[in-house]
Amino acid sequence: MAIIVQRPKLKWWEQLYIPALFIGMRVTLGHLVSILSRKTKVTMQYPEEKWDEHLPEHYRGAPALVTDEHDRERCVACQLCEFICPPRAITIKPEEIPGDDKWAKVEKRPRTFDIDMIRCIYCGLCEEVCPEQAIFLRKDYAITGTSRAEMVHDKEKLYQIGGVRVGLVNKWNELK
Amino acid sequence: MSEAKTDLVDVQIDGVWYQFPKGMRMIEACRQAGVEVPHYCYHPKLTSPGNCRMCLVEMGMPPRPAPGAEAPAPDENGHLPISWIPRPVIACANTIGPNMGIRTTGPLTEECRKGVMELLLANHPLDCPICDQAGECSLQEFSVEHGKGESRFREQKVKKPKNVDVGPRVRLDDERCIMCSRCIRFTDEIADDPVLGFTDRGSHTVLTVYPGRELANNYSLNTVDICPVGALTSNDFRFQMRVWFMRETNTIDTNCATGCNITVFARENKIYRITPRQNNDVNSDWMPDSHRLNFHWIESEARLTEPLVKDGDHHRIAGWHEAIATAGDKLSALDGSEIAVIASARMTNEELLMVKRLVKHLKVGHVDTVARVGEADGYLISADRNPNTNGVKLVLGLDDPGSQIEAIKLGIEQGRIKAVIALQENLVDDAGFSAELLGKLDFLLSTYPLANATADASDVVLPGACWAEKSGTMINATGRLQRLNKVVDAPGETLESWEIIRDLVQVTGGGNGIYAVSDLFKQLAAEVSEFKGLTWGQIGDLGLPLIETGVTIPALDREKQRIASGLIVG
Repeated sequence: MAIIVQRPKLKWWEQLYIPALFIGMRVTLGHLVSILSRKTKVTMQYPEEKWDEHLPEHYRGAPALVTDEHDRERCVACQLCEFICPPRAITIKPEEIPGDDKWAKVEKRPRTFDIDMIRCIYCGLCEEVCPEQAIFLRKDYAITGTSRAEMVHDKEKLYQIGGVRVGLVNKWNELK
Repeated sequence: MSEAKTDLVDVQIDGVWYQFPKGMRMIEACRQAGVEVPHYCYHPKLTSPGNCRMCLVEMGMPPRPAPGAEAPAPDENGHLPISWIPRPVIACANTIGPNMGIRTTGPLTEECRKGVMELLLANHPLDCPICDQAGECSLQEFSVEHGKGESRFREQKVKKPKNVDVGPRVRLDDERCIMCSRCIRFTDEIADDPVLGFTDRGSHTVLTVYPGRELANNYSLNTVDICPVGALTSNDFRFQMRVWFMRETNTIDTNCATGCNITVFARENKIYRITPRQNNDVNSDWMPDSHRLNFHWIESEARLTEPLVKDGDHHRIAGWHEAIATAGDKLSALDGSEIAVIASARMTNEELLMVKRLVKHLKVGHVDTVARVGEADGYLISADRNPNTNGVKLVLGLDDPGSQIEAIKLGIEQGRIKAVIALQENLVDDAGFSAELLGKLDFLLSTYPLANATADASDVVLPGACWAEKSGTMINATGRLQRLNKVVDAPGETLESWEIIRDLVQVTGGGNGIYAVSDLFKQLAAEVSEFKGLTWGQIGDLGLPLIETGVTIPALDREKQRIASGLIVG
């Protein structure tokens, strides 16, 4: 269905367009004055200046692995994040925790855990699917590297970004 | 007895009338009617103890009139009205009778299933993220379908032994066990090695191995397959890969002449595990551990990936073109009587047809395959450890495969045989050829997946694909034609044997015209009388009987007896 747009009826002096130029110029000059007199600030000087402390709680940056309050790596290598990951950025190789380890009762942990940050689309599905609350999207957004290999976050790097999370999972405590 | 069994009775399942043989289990009747009754302990190849209570259904029979009362009148189809029994019955151990009614839906059965699930899950650990069964676990599936969704159980769960070593290949987790007793019945009834049992009572019941014994028989990994939960897991497959990542390929086992039907699980060109696939004419539901675990060598460091040509004392990498051309020059210069072809009974019928072409084309004087004889175990393993001996007899036309090997050795010794083409066989280690003997040859060509002493002595070494990397057909000990399907891509420059032989025929002046293994099957159907009229698709996943050999499989014979005596459904 076609929509007929009613054109405004312009007065004769409006049809000249010249007054509109002056109205627009007044706005421009107003901004110029307020910037020159340092009343407004329009550009953040990134990367010298950053907005990091204003990032919202739900900000989705680089995914990272966390350890719990007992320094146990939470990830048990169930590979659900590897399965759900839409761009297939995650690769996990599981291994058995040896019998003499303090956390032998958990039985399984990742031997390698790689996230290819070139592939990652920061969707957060890995965090959502994790049954062990082991992977979180942190506020790190400036992921750079000089080669493809450098852009792959390995287990060590992921724990370094992730840090420690307290609470949430009580599954592997002393009652287990 | 057998007469009574063929009697058909009318049974109403979920409101629809069917006819089934009298004496059939209710659960089987439901299955055939397309209604799945959830179950844990029931397995058609094992006796039914009826201990998991998951298969409870509503059952009804025609009302029995009180003395003097009038019997109910049948409706226009001859069916009597059903009066439903207020208590549920288990479908796995009860048999159907005339005019019986079964209801698998409705408030009573749904409530029963919900209750059973709640009790099973009360003490079940939250191990799914680390449990190898996750993804193919009946407890997961049925708790989604029939469970409550949340637990009302606030008390502490019962602790039981975890990560128990019950045998060299099987790991036990007692907390995950739901006491279905399938493994106990399997080891007792099928494997004749009753080492498993329950001890303690109530919610403290645990599955244990008899003190001082272990679950070590050659069929122990079948308990892992039939375990509906993750209580029994395979040491070999432990934590290797989650099941939902793997692609399943139906193929056959090539470790012996039985040709167990198998499913191979692979991801990204790597095989992770092999499980038996049901075929009641070959391997029932089982397979031996020794055959199941014999796949790790496929990823071996010793795999040949490029054609090699010997230069002086050393082999150097050559392209296919050069390697085949070298072989062609050498073979063309010799008379057919100076050449021996040693093929393999591990080759498919299609490849053997190509060997026959090569033999005919070069007028080869000496042809044989290497016999592999082991001990039959009285279950599924055949004494003949070659998967396609019947194919060699039928397609290659050898009457007694393996009988000419000594004559060929003598021929080499006396200098009558100057060249040997060893196809997919390791002459030094498997056929007793010494390296000195092979050194007397003018020309030795060998194809094999792995580097070995024969390859070391060969003038031309060609990488041949292994069983998981090719398609074809094989004929098992009972004369059944079965399909071998390609699971993974062969590494490097490896080619299938039929391609290698085709190239050899071509380079020595023979014809071509074969581009796919399916072309070869068509030629097989045209040339070999037993294959007449067969098509690739006709063989299907379960194969079909091709020739009469008189050989039977002991485990199947016993299964038939057990079915005949009514112990199992089968």
